[in-house]
Amino acid sequence: MIEFITANPLLAALFALVGLSLIFGAVLGFASERFKTEGDPITDQICDLLPQTQCGQCGYPGCRPYAEAIAEGERINRCPPGGEATIQALANLLDTEVLPLDEDVGEEKPKSVAVIREDECIGCTKCIQACPVDAILGSAKHMHTVIASECTGCDLCVEPCPVDCIDMVEIPVTLKNWHWQNPAKANDIIATDGGQA
Amino acid sequence: MSDIIFKLTGGVHPPQNKHQSTQRPIAAAGIPNTLVIPMSQHLGPPSKPIVAVGDRVLKGQCIGATDTLKSAFVHASTSGTVVAIEERPHNHASGLPALSVVIESDGRDEWQLMPAIKDWHLADRDTLLQRIHEAGVIGMGGAGFPAASKLSTDKNIHTLVMNGAECEPYITADQMLMTERAEEIILSCELLMHLLGAEKTLFGIEDNKPEAIAAVNAALIERGNDNIKVIVVPTVYPSGGSKQLIQILTGKEVPSPGHSSDLGIIMQNVATAVAAYRAIALGEASISRITTLSGDAIGEPQNIEVLIGTPLSQLLEQCQWQPARADRIVIGGPMMGYTITDTSLPVIKTTNCLLVPTREELPPPPPAQACIRCGLCAEACPVSLLPQQLYWFSRAGEHDKLQDHNLFDCIECGACSYSCPSNIPLVQYYRASKAEIRQAQADTEKAEHAKQRFEARQARLQRLEEEKVAQRAARAAAAKKRAEEAATASAKKDEVDPIQAAIERAKSKRAGGNTAATNESVNQVTKLEKRLTAAKIKLASAETVDSDKVPVLQEAVDKLTQQLAEAKANPVTTSHDAAVDPVQAAIERAKAKRAGNAAPASPADEIAKLEKRLASAIQKRDMARDSMPDKLEAFESAVATLEEKLAAAKAKAGE
Amino acid sequence: MALLNVTSPHAHGPLSTATVMQLVLLATVPGIAALVWIFGAGVLVNLAISAAVSLACEAAILKVRGRPVGFYLKDYSALVTAILLGIALPPYAPWWVVAIGACFAIGVAKQLYGGLGYNPFNPAMAAYVVLLISLPVQMTQWGAPFSNPAMGLGDALASNLFGSVDAVTSATPLDALKQGIGEAGQTFGSLGGFGWEWINLAFLAGGLYLLWRGIFTWHAPISMLIALAVMAFLFPNEAQGRIHSVLFHLFSGATMFGAFFIITDPVSSATTPRGKIVFGALIGVLIYAIRHWGNYPDAVAFAVMLLNLAAPFIDQYTQPRTFGHRGARS
Repeated sequence: MIEFITANPLLAALFALVGLSLIFGAVLGFASERFKTEGDPITDQICDLLPQTQCGQCGYPGCRPYAEAIAEGERINRCPPGGEATIQALANLLDTEVLPLDEDVGEEKPKSVAVIREDECIGCTKCIQACPVDAILGSAKHMHTVIASECTGCDLCVEPCPVDCIDMVEIPVTLKNWHWQNPAKANDIIATDGGQA
Repeated sequence: MSDIIFKLTGGVHPPQNKHQSTQRPIAAAGIPNTLVIPMSQHLGPPSKPIVAVGDRVLKGQCIGATDTLKSAFVHASTSGTVVAIEERPHNHASGLPALSVVIESDGRDEWQLMPAIKDWHLADRDTLLQRIHEAGVIGMGGAGFPAASKLSTDKNIHTLVMNGAECEPYITADQMLMTERAEEIILSCELLMHLLGAEKTLFGIEDNKPEAIAAVNAALIERGNDNIKVIVVPTVYPSGGSKQLIQILTGKEVPSPGHSSDLGIIMQNVATAVAAYRAIALGEASISRITTLSGDAIGEPQNIEVLIGTPLSQLLEQCQWQPARADRIVIGGPMMGYTITDTSLPVIKTTNCLLVPTREELPPPPPAQACIRCGLCAEACPVSLLPQQLYWFSRAGEHDKLQDHNLFDCIECGACSYSCPSNIPLVQYYRASKAEIRQAQADTEKAEHAKQRFEARQARLQRLEEEKVAQRAARAAAAKKRAEEAATASAKKDEVDPIQAAIERAKSKRAGGNTAATNESVNQVTKLEKRLTAAKIKLASAETVDSDKVPVLQEAVDKLTQQLAEAKANPVTTSHDAAVDPVQAAIERAKAKRAGNAAPASPADEIAKLEKRLASAIQKRDMARDSMPDKLEAFESAVATLEEKLAAAKAKAGE
Repeated sequence: MALLNVTSPHAHGPLSTATVMQLVLLATVPGIAALVWIFGAGVLVNLAISAAVSLACEAAILKVRGRPVGFYLKDYSALVTAILLGIALPPYAPWWVVAIGACFAIGVAKQLYGGLGYNPFNPAMAAYVVLLISLPVQMTQWGAPFSNPAMGLGDALASNLFGSVDAVTSATPLDALKQGIGEAGQTFGSLGGFGWEWINLAFLAGGLYLLWRGIFTWHAPISMLIALAVMAFLFPNEAQGRIHSVLFHLFSGATMFGAFFIITDPVSSATTPRGKIVFGALIGVLIYAIRHWGNYPDAVAFAVMLLNLAAPFIDQYTQPRTFGHRGARS
């Protein structure tokens, strides 16, 4: 038998290759079982990258549902509050192409918080029911107010207000949150600065 | 002194330019007519003004207070009247305004001293710390870290390091202070050693200040204190950085992350130490400082002792500046200072230098060229970072790699930018990246927080829903049981037509219109009783599992008990269903309408949408006029708001 | 006058990229002088052709890429590449060899990778390697030392441009050693390779000047020279013995030129201090390996190119310990 195989180079090669593939296959199979890692399910990882405003602008009722949809193959550019940074992070995580923000779902706006014009509030509790993160305080027939530090700026409370007393106010730059900006690109003539060629 | 000096890692040697401002003695700046004293001159939260407009204040009187060591007290720098407490442009790199107390001086300069602690060497640590805190002493070398906070360490401190290095070019404020007031500095060393329980002081002075070294040594010999050692260190930038000077004087590296106190060392700048000494021994609050004015556009470069809050323009004029030749005004030195464009800004406690160079002296930065990875930046870096790597990562926004490469150990000294042959503003990239990373971390935290709140809310809504379903099921079961019982009972009794009975009930209900209110209040009481029972059960079950919700539930039970008592006390309650209904209906209608045009794209759509909203608001208002006059005002204002918005949108569309 | 609003630092050090490049050019002068003394004016013709073609090529490509031409030409980097290439090529090589080399160095090895600061390989060495592999005959015809000094600039030009004047060429000492031709006296001069020892000493002088001016650090050149010496000591040429072997390799061929002008090119070499030591040492080892056991007589270009590729990897694993941190980063 051995002699027959060695005498036949073609068979020898065949047996060698088949044998090798069997051995390696077995080793790999064993390794994949033995060293199986229970990583974060991908949905959790996606969800952690989303800004958790729960605003629903993506068309899903909250960030987790959108994360689940992305895991199922939904496009990653439907999150206006996260903007470019989130798209970039998602693209990194999922190893996909960076897409521009989908214009249908809205545009990236500066960070803002909801502010209730309190003397106009009639105390209808509609906004309280709309707020996904319980950031509005108040009870029926009493003035409501927004806890600014808890507000995610999702603007879901603006629509339900029957007297239009909720404004989205941009968070102003103060001494507390001011910081240095990157050097202006115009000052930066280098070889790969792009856009010039 | 034959002390071993250790070598600073990296470092650069910019031209010193110290001689210009050391030719004249320290001069006094007069009392300005108006002083603007910002409430946030230090690192940490701003202090709160404790005076009112119109108050007369005395020199050294506290005008801004705080309840934390992380912040600092603020005092009036001269006597006068508070004319405003408002946001004023602040002497800060951002140029943003800060809450400031504006004082119009009366020219009398009347002091209000704190009681002097003459025998401070007998006083306990807490008393001294409290005084330093109340006198508003902060790091005067530039960072503005509250001194009391730094000195209040709970670590065992064996060495006090006095920072007289003053490594930034041009600045000579500390140098002149050491030259002219050496005795006071020695006394402040002794004071701080006593406060900290330190055994010795290492007094580091760069070798480019021979007069200062001589003066301090002379004072030291006179005082005869062997525990204070002056150590002359070679001139290299940034030897005056706190970690760098500790490295030079002791050869030890302050661990990262960590503080010098981890090594048993506390460092103070000489000006800060003197301010602390004066606060204790003389009772003077920190209301003035020595500021260097230098640069070729300053006619008479010199050091000036100036009241905090004095406008910069006054100093500039006193030193004969030539506005036409001035190219920029730098607060601080040429390595780490920031530029300002408004000379009306006030001097604050950290303003150690006003550098007004001409264009020839400090030319504007040329356009950045490509990084050629020459590594001069890495050679210059005093903390052994790889600036060119950080630069690439910063440009690519790779926050993880920036942190891996210890971006946050960067002290922003500017040595890398100084030495970069391609003129790349490296430090600016690092500052911006640091801010971006901090922002991203804050955002992540906030997102996590929002997620938790969202999930908690979802869980709560679901629980409520389940409870409702369960209650409904229970009620249905009870009703069925009752019906069965009734059926058996009626079967036992005489045959009564159930239909007849129902009609009878309906009739009696209809007839008893006047009893409806009573019925309702009875219902109310029953309802409340039910809720109370349910709440009590919940509370009991929560208590058995020791949930953290117990206090909340307890509160709910209390509230319900109270409500029940009230309901029982006044059985006639007003039913507000009728009042709510029209609002509810209006909202529903509005919602339905709005759903029709959810995504406004063009201004025209916007206007159309606003018009619809306005129409509905008017409708709502008219309805409200009849049904609930008390809310009319709110609806009217809503209409007004919408009208305004509509007008604005139209104007915008018209552009 | 409106006051400037800029970020710190406001002061700037004396060095600019152009200054660095100018100093490098200045430091090549002794080496070029030695080359001219030993090989004649052909060296100058090489340099002139290389410089002209390089600058023209750089300007043309910058123009095509839509970059400010003047801004980039003023950094002198193209000129440095041109001079280094001109030095590396054999004198009296045909003009088109030099021109192809210059075009490749600037056009492909530098600009196609993104221009100054982005090229993974040292452009001069990349061009040299391309020429050596493509045109082995022309590239190994070095002038015989002290044979052509009488040739004036005009004759040299004629030799380069038209090949009308025949320059006396011979194998270099390294070549001779490899081939086992030539007498011992012809190969080994007073210190190293015959004639080449002076060239190497001149480049050493220029290199030490740059070191003194702080243009580069000692790490890479010194570690390369030590590694080369150690290798020559451990595996000497049979004909020469240990000490002579060490001297021969240190002072022959492109050793000093490579150590101080090629591997110190910041763009394509390792940047961390420890990384530079590793980088230099590996180049030294490779140079000896290729010279001693390989097929090519001189090996600086190959060794440098191989290690250029490894530079990012070396940097990654030789990061310095940050102030206040316990261990090095990895």
